[in-house]
This record gives sequence, structure tokens and C-alpha cells, in this order.
Amino acid sequence: MEKTMNLILKVWRQRRRDDVGQFHMYELQNVSEDSSFLEMMDSLSEELVSRGEEPVAFDHDCREGICGMCSMTINGVPHGPERATTACQLHMRHFNDGQIITIEPWRAKPFPVIKDLVVDRSPFDRIIQSGGFITARTGSAVDANEIPISKQTADFAMDAAACIGCGACVAACPNASAMLFTAAKVTHMNSLPQGKAEQDRRTLAMVTTMDREGFGGCTNVGECEAACPKVISLDMIAHLNRDYLSAQTKNFLKPVQ
Amino acid sequence: MYTISSFFKSTIGRKILMALTGLVLVLFVMGHMLGNLQIFLGPDAINAYAYKLHEVLPSSALWAVRVFLLICIAVHIWMAVLLTIENRRARPQAYLKQRPVQATYASRTMRMSGVILFAFIIFHIAHYTVRVVPGMLYDELNVLDSTKVPLFKDGLAVVKEGETVPTFNVYDMMIDGFEVWWVSAFYITATGLLCLHLTHGVSSMFQTVGLRNQLWRQRLDRAALLYGWVVFLGFAIIPAAVLSGLLENDPRYEQATSAAHPNISEQVVIAHD
Repeated sequence: MEKTMNLILKVWRQRRRDDVGQFHMYELQNVSEDSSFLEMMDSLSEELVSRGEEPVAFDHDCREGICGMCSMTINGVPHGPERATTACQLHMRHFNDGQIITIEPWRAKPFPVIKDLVVDRSPFDRIIQSGGFITARTGSAVDANEIPISKQTADFAMDAAACIGCGACVAACPNASAMLFTAAKVTHMNSLPQGKAEQDRRTLAMVTTMDREGFGGCTNVGECEAACPKVISLDMIAHLNRDYLSAQTKNFLKPVQ
Repeated sequence: MYTISSFFKSTIGRKILMALTGLVLVLFVMGHMLGNLQIFLGPDAINAYAYKLHEVLPSSALWAVRVFLLICIAVHIWMAVLLTIENRRARPQAYLKQRPVQATYASRTMRMSGVILFAFIIFHIAHYTVRVVPGMLYDELNVLDSTKVPLFKDGLAVVKEGETVPTFNVYDMMIDGFEVWWVSAFYITATGLLCLHLTHGVSSMFQTVGLRNQLWRQRLDRAALLYGWVVFLGFAIIPAAVLSGLLENDPRYEQATSAAHPNISEQVVIAHD
């Protein structure tokens, strides 16, 4: 028979963007330890609806850890206590009966709360729009393996491309810095031959957009890496720093178009 | 499209400036520590070292180094202040509770250690360079007026044009300075914070200029830890040795605080300059 638990949830409630939010305490009975964290949130919402209250708004989509929608800070850690796990893939068996669980939205100036636990992550879209693409001729797809890429390079680019853009790095960073996200996106393209042609322009554009959106700076503490559900490494940030220094040096000698 | 000012306005550009000025200060700290450790070679060795720095080295070069170091400190702090303001602005609302997962204590307290180190640098310059800190033993013993002692080389007093060459008695100044217990306590605490600052900073500067990867990350972290501890022990051992009585005032000059030139029994060597 499955084990159940009773929980006390301390959830951030905020009606709209400019409203002043606050924490609400909810008691939730008979939570299955086999349920996911989001399923637990669903049952809280069901209970709230049955009482005629507003359900807790939170972002979710695929619920299999690949879309990057779920975004909640659970007991002070984005996506909760398990490493390399999104909130949707986090199971209640990692919590104890009677535990108080604090649930907060991502906290960052560029990510304003829209409602309850839902934040506006469109600054990430603007970072991507400014350089997270490869200008290529359209038409029929080229043959696979037309451009030889070493296994090492392919693996490294794949590790960077694993970023799902959930924003946990920003949420975990004491400075709300988006360096890990930007580094993953820049490195993913800059390390492959298809992306090399626009490397300098891309790096300068994406870093400029990142700064303009109001994210903080990196202090190399490594909290982003620890919170990242895809375990994107801090090495990506070193790679971005190197590419940025090189791009700025080239730009100084001859403006990068 | 991108001007040179875009580099200094970007968070990465500012951090690169912090890393480069930090590198200068990291290297200076090691040189300073090695220079100081000559106190264990005896009064003549460290006094001769002071002579080389102040008299042999042209004063313009000495001042160039000093100004360069002060500029590095100023840029380092200026960038730190700008970045800290940006970082605070990026998180206007704090978490109810935020639990650090893997960030080290040193990395989370760089601003605290940095601010105290800045206060220490001001005190240190006032204490030993400008010598304006009141209540120091070297004032009471009137050492400052009579700190010109003969320059020794290989145990022999150096004589130029029939007279002994005077040099500054750095040895007794350091001993007298550290015999005030709270001064020594402050120096030991500050070098402990310097150790903390360096254990994160030395590895972090490689990350900021992009010279770190998976293979080198652990190596650099360990090197930074080692560097921090070496610097701490190398600096803190001097006030500790003075407080414990291991290092004592030079007996040759102890009774002769008012006399500029004590009796020298050693043979005199003529220096050709």
C-alpha cells in the first residue's frame, strides 16, 4: 500500500504583476509519496477550488523534465532538493510527513511575477533573439555528417544544448545573473562549425542583451550549476568569458559587424 | 556597433578588469610576503632589503610601483562597487529563505572580506609606511628619530667615503609595531581574511578571463586554497613570532635609542659605489 503524508505548505500568493504578494499557509492531507511535486500542487489547487478559493497559479507543460516551464523555488532551492531534477520530476518521497514546505517563485528583477508562482521569462527569449541562431540558407536539409565534427566537440556542444531555459540558474544565483543560460546558448553555437562564422557578433549581442535586461553579474559561486536540472557546467561560463574577451579584442581592432 | 565603452559597461568586462587588477595584487602580495619573511634572516638582512627598496631603487620607480598598485586597488574596488550595485538591483525581493547548495563560504563573503581588507590596507599604510598611528611603541621609544642604523653586508658595516651608510631600522620598527597586541591581532585577522579572499579569488580570476575548464577547475581551486594558506601563514607568522617572543628587538640598538650610531665592533668594509 502506498504511503501518504500530511504537509504544511507555505505558498507565495500574488494576484497580479504589480500587486504586493504574501505567503499563505495551507495544510494538505494524504499526499501520496509517489506523486510528483506538481501533482501535489494540483491536489492543493483542487482543494482550493472545492472551497471556492482561487487555485495556485504555476507554470507547467510537459511534466517530463524537458520543456523548462516549471519554475518554483522549493525550500530555498530552485526545483527543490534533488540534483539534476525539475520540479515536475521531483517526487514527494523526498519529503517527510508533517514537513513545512516553502514554495516561492523565481526571484529576479528581470523575471517579474505575473501571478502566484508564474514569472515572466521573456528576457530569455530576447537574449536568444539577439544571437541564438545561425544564419543559413534555407532549402532542403543538408546531408547528415556533411560537416565533420569531432566526437569531443559534438559532446561538448550537446552538453551546452541540454539547457531547457527554465531560469533556475537566475533563481539560484545570489546576484540573479543569467550567465549560465547565456553561456550555454552561446557556447552551444560557438563551439560548432556552423555557428563559428557568427561567433563574435553572437557573443557580443547576447551578452549586451543579457546585461540590458537587468540581470546581475557572475561571482563564480557555482549555485547555478548546482540548481540546473540539466547540470550545465560552470565551464560554459568560462567558455563564454573567453569568447567575449576574444570578440571584444577583435572588435577593438576592427568593429565586429 | 560595439564601442570600447561597451566593454567597460558589460558585467563581463568589469569582471575582467577585477580579475586583472586582482592578479596584480595577488602577485604583489606574494612578493611582499617573501620580502617580509627576511625578518627571520636577522636585522641586517631586512634592513639591507629596505635600503635596496628605498635607496638603491630610484625613488621615481618606487613611486611608480606604489601608484600602479594604488590604481589597481582603486579599479578593483570601483568595479566591485559597480557590480555589487547591479547585483543588488537584479534581486530586489529576497527569498524567504535561500539555502546555498555548493557555494563556498569564501565565495559568498568576498564583499565582507574585501571591505575589511580595504580598511586593513589603510591602517597598514598608516601604521608602517606613513607611521601616523598614535600610541605605537616605536613612537614611545623614539625609534623613529633614530632609525638610521648602519647598513650591513655579509655581517660587515658598509662604509662609503669614510662613513657608514645609514639605513632605516625596519627590523625594530616591525618588532615594536607588533608588540602592541591588538595591532598583531588585527594583522593576523586581516591576513586570515586575505586567505579567505584569495581561496576564491585566485581560482575565480582564471574563470573570469576564460582560462578554466573541467580539467583545470579542480586544480585551480586547490592551487587557490594552497596559495591562500601560504600567504596567510607567511604573513601571520611574523606578528605571531613577535608576540610569542621568538623575534626580539635588536640588542645592539636597544640602549642606544637616542644615539644615531651605536658602537660597532665588527670590521668595516669599504664599499665601492
